[in-house]
Amino acid sequence: MTPKAFTLAAATAASFALLGSAPLWAQDKTTADGIAEYRKMLEDGNPADLFDAKGEELWKKARGPKNASLEKCDLGKGPGVVKGAFVEMPRYFADTRQVQDLESRLVTCMSTLQGLDAAEISKTPFGRGEMANVTALATYVSAQSKGMAFNLPQSHPEEKRFYAIGKKAFFFRGGTHDFSCAACHSVDNTRIRLQDLPNLTKNPGDGVGFAAWPAYRVSNGQMWSMQLRLNDCYRQQRFPYPGFASEITIALGSYMGVNAQGAKSAVPTIKR
Amino acid sequence: MADPMRIRAQSAGDKTTVRVLMSHEMETGLRKDAAGKSIPAWYIQEVSAALNGAKVMTAQWGPAVSKNPFMQFFVKGAKVGDKISVSWKDNRGETRTDEATVS
Amino acid sequence: MLNRRDTLGHAAKVAGLMATAGLWPHLAHAAFEAKAFEAKTMTELMAALSGGAPAQSGDITITGPDIAENGAVVPLGASTALPGVKRMLLLVEKNPSVLAAMFDVTPAVEANFSTRVKMGQSSNVYAVAMMNDGKVLFAQKEVKVTLGGCGG
Repeated sequence: MTPKAFTLAAATAASFALLGSAPLWAQDKTTADGIAEYRKMLEDGNPADLFDAKGEELWKKARGPKNASLEKCDLGKGPGVVKGAFVEMPRYFADTRQVQDLESRLVTCMSTLQGLDAAEISKTPFGRGEMANVTALATYVSAQSKGMAFNLPQSHPEEKRFYAIGKKAFFFRGGTHDFSCAACHSVDNTRIRLQDLPNLTKNPGDGVGFAAWPAYRVSNGQMWSMQLRLNDCYRQQRFPYPGFASEITIALGSYMGVNAQGAKSAVPTIKR
Repeated sequence: MADPMRIRAQSAGDKTTVRVLMSHEMETGLRKDAAGKSIPAWYIQEVSAALNGAKVMTAQWGPAVSKNPFMQFFVKGAKVGDKISVSWKDNRGETRTDEATVS
Repeated sequence: MLNRRDTLGHAAKVAGLMATAGLWPHLAHAAFEAKAFEAKTMTELMAALSGGAPAQSGDITITGPDIAENGAVVPLGASTALPGVKRMLLLVEKNPSVLAAMFDVTPAVEANFSTRVKMGQSSNVYAVAMMNDGKVLFAQKEVKVTLGGCGG
């Protein structure tokens, strides 16, 4: 097994530079240090590796009515090119004429190359059946870009349009509590209990925010992809659930991804 | 059959660090589902490791060990190229064995 | 991949030899000691494992975080450099059952084991060494848990 080279220590250090800089944190320093130590202890042996391994197996395995593997899937850098693909998504794809994120693109490939039913997969709840496979595949593909800097293209008019929609959606207040993404994620140095809330209106730093998902969540022992993360954010805001890979989720991914330009991906990470 | 374990065995001198990540629910039997029904206990009870086929470590685990368990131990006298195999057996009688080469 | 039957067959031979030599008697029965995992206290546990009265010792090391962000996954380690160790145990005082994991020490492995455990609440955790001569030594530390790890 090849050791994953990226040091999450760098990401942890980055998020702690954030914490340590503001005087607000002076009294919480020991708790923050304690949490940092806890996170460091879990770096080695991230159960996300199990999903990474499963995803790699699924990428290479001939499956579906067409009995084909995903090895010819074009994730934006050419058929079969996996390394570097994650840090350039969401992006525009000429064949579907859509801006797509990693998970929606995986479903496209599962459908066109393997003959699996895209609509059925999209309706399947997270963690079950083919949707669990999508998450494992997303873990594998994103892991292949670990340590690389985000560099989403913004050359196509659709890419620019999705960024603009994402920005609007980010600040849109609604739901029973009048929440928006911005309510939690537009200010520096904030947290909910012991969870730091990255400021996603700009580059929040290496391995943070958009650069931290898919992640293995220890609290429920589940692998969470960005689609699930967004779905759950909306749940917490008391919004109706966005559909899997709906335009708003892709647009938000574009907004966060473009803002994270230059930030290094730490994916797959381990989280509370 | 359960998903494969990830086993890494790295030697430094006479000491080989073995790190294992296993795929298992490790259900305590104390949780209830949304309908209020108890979720039955399902957890690894016995773990063992062998070096080139000879058992070198045994352990017993309870349901308090975390889901998707991680374990680290140190084997003496292993050389690069040796085979480390790890096995587990859970309370349902299901088993899994995986192997790695010492590097 | 090693055939499990071969591994077991081989291991059984080795264990058989060792049992005869009286070196690793505990390997002769690979059965799961359920009673030990039902014990609610260190005292009950020692009774189930035929262990003596535990004594705190600076020669035993318990490693773990001071605070765990989530009780579902708390990394703990038990180790000692002392010779003559039979077993290393990890205990979580306030868990429904106090014993989390138990590792047998053979001449082929160091008395140094780490794993991750679930903690329902902030609690003392213990590394216990059961020695060949019958002594039981332990080290303890407190681990604070910020969120329940048993399904919450």
